[in-house]
Amino acid sequence: MTIRVAVLGLGSVGKGVLEMIARKDLGIIVTGVADSKSGLIDPSGLEIGAVLSSKKTGLCGNPSISANDVVSRADYDILVEVTPTNAGNGEPALSYMKHAIERGKHIVTSNKGPISLHLKELKDLAGKKGVLVRYEATVGGAIPIMHTLGNGLAGNEFQALYGVLNGTCNYILTRMAAEGLTYDQALAEARELGYAEADPTYDVKGIDAAIKLVILANTIWDNGASLDRVDITGIDLLTTDALRLAEEKDCTIRLIAEAFPGRGVLRVSPRIIRKDHPLVFEGTLNAITLETDMAGEITLIGKGAGSVETASAIIGDILFISSHVRCN
Amino acid sequence: MPFYVSSGALVQVSMKLEMKDSPGQLVSALQPISEVGGNIIAVIHQRDLSSREDTLGVQIVLEITESRLTELVSMIKARGVNILRIGKDRLLYKQTVIMIGHLMHTDLSDTVDRIDCTGFAEVTALDLAMPAINEPSSARLIIKSVSKQDMDSALDILREVAKTKKLLIIEPLEGELV
Repeated sequence: MTIRVAVLGLGSVGKGVLEMIARKDLGIIVTGVADSKSGLIDPSGLEIGAVLSSKKTGLCGNPSISANDVVSRADYDILVEVTPTNAGNGEPALSYMKHAIERGKHIVTSNKGPISLHLKELKDLAGKKGVLVRYEATVGGAIPIMHTLGNGLAGNEFQALYGVLNGTCNYILTRMAAEGLTYDQALAEARELGYAEADPTYDVKGIDAAIKLVILANTIWDNGASLDRVDITGIDLLTTDALRLAEEKDCTIRLIAEAFPGRGVLRVSPRIIRKDHPLVFEGTLNAITLETDMAGEITLIGKGAGSVETASAIIGDILFISSHVRCN
Repeated sequence: MPFYVSSGALVQVSMKLEMKDSPGQLVSALQPISEVGGNIIAVIHQRDLSSREDTLGVQIVLEITESRLTELVSMIKARGVNILRIGKDRLLYKQTVIMIGHLMHTDLSDTVDRIDCTGFAEVTALDLAMPAINEPSSARLIIKSVSKQDMDSALDILREVAKTKKLLIIEPLEGELV
């Protein structure tokens, strides 16, 4: 069976998804694509190589076809929504998703904005239309946390979760500890290596990690968690001395997202942590520890970002849908 | 619980006990404390305290009339419990926190005093790193307290002080002691 997808957004994630679909024989065809200024629709399947090479020189397709046109007119089973995150109101991704759901299409997304703000609304709407909303790629990059929560650990009660949800911060703290760099030096290095954005505010202030924490908390406990209820402290005020003082005691400092619903804790902050703790590792990896009643404590570690790594999560969701529901 | 009051001063004592890791052992080991009119203040399981796998290590803090301490020790030993240590080191809970900010300008000794003056918790070590003038300094504090509740209260005080003095406090993970 062939699964038809429409891909919105041709940034790093979108390109990675298209490349992997083209390279691997997964039974997925792309019947629509759109970037912010153009689009293409072909019910029999687009030639992905051509789309990617025209994107290299500018637009991916025809300027007279918009993302909205692709959402509302293309023939597809699954909308792959990988446009940039708008943490303020989730738009325009939220509207694209709702429109696609109304048309009876499944959603696979990496977009943290709409999922952190409107998960319940999207799930309710999808439930009415008999389609699925999957968002593995919103948290932890390649780590299959949502599959683990929804399938592998199904039936467990979750007492707590905590983890390293932002690779940029983990990289900066690793470098401050290992080399005695100042925060500014480590940030500059992260930028040079492409680990930090030109405007690193979302990462270093802990907002990105907090948005992911909200998504995880709502997925696990359906408790109406929202960004404004997360107690957030970033890493931008940390000193090299503070890292050294921690290291002298066989500890270090990491930006940790923590949710302990029983204690009313929903927090992202730098914490002192023993160096032999599973959440202490170097570089840009992410990790999530779950405390459960049956399985005990489980920690997943993996690559938290990257084009192909995120594509892994997206493709996992696409194939999950195709194996669990009949795509028309 | 019978509460025995005799003449003589009340003292707080800590004991490290080692016993068989089998059901009922801990209850049995603690029973003599109430029999001599002592008060248990804290019981802390310490896995790393036990030397062998089949033993359980426990730290306890209790309040007792000084004159009955010898009697208590023999009663506990009579139950086959090994007393590794007895001391007046009553502050068994230890927590490390790091503070960042203008620590000297915001009166560091006052910050420390707010914990020390509680009577149930103390700052027992302080390491301070001061870079250039006007740059934020960093300090590592070790706070000790009698019980977990006291530690929580001490940290609440410290968080409140930090808020008013605009200091950043870095604590261990939720529920962990380092």
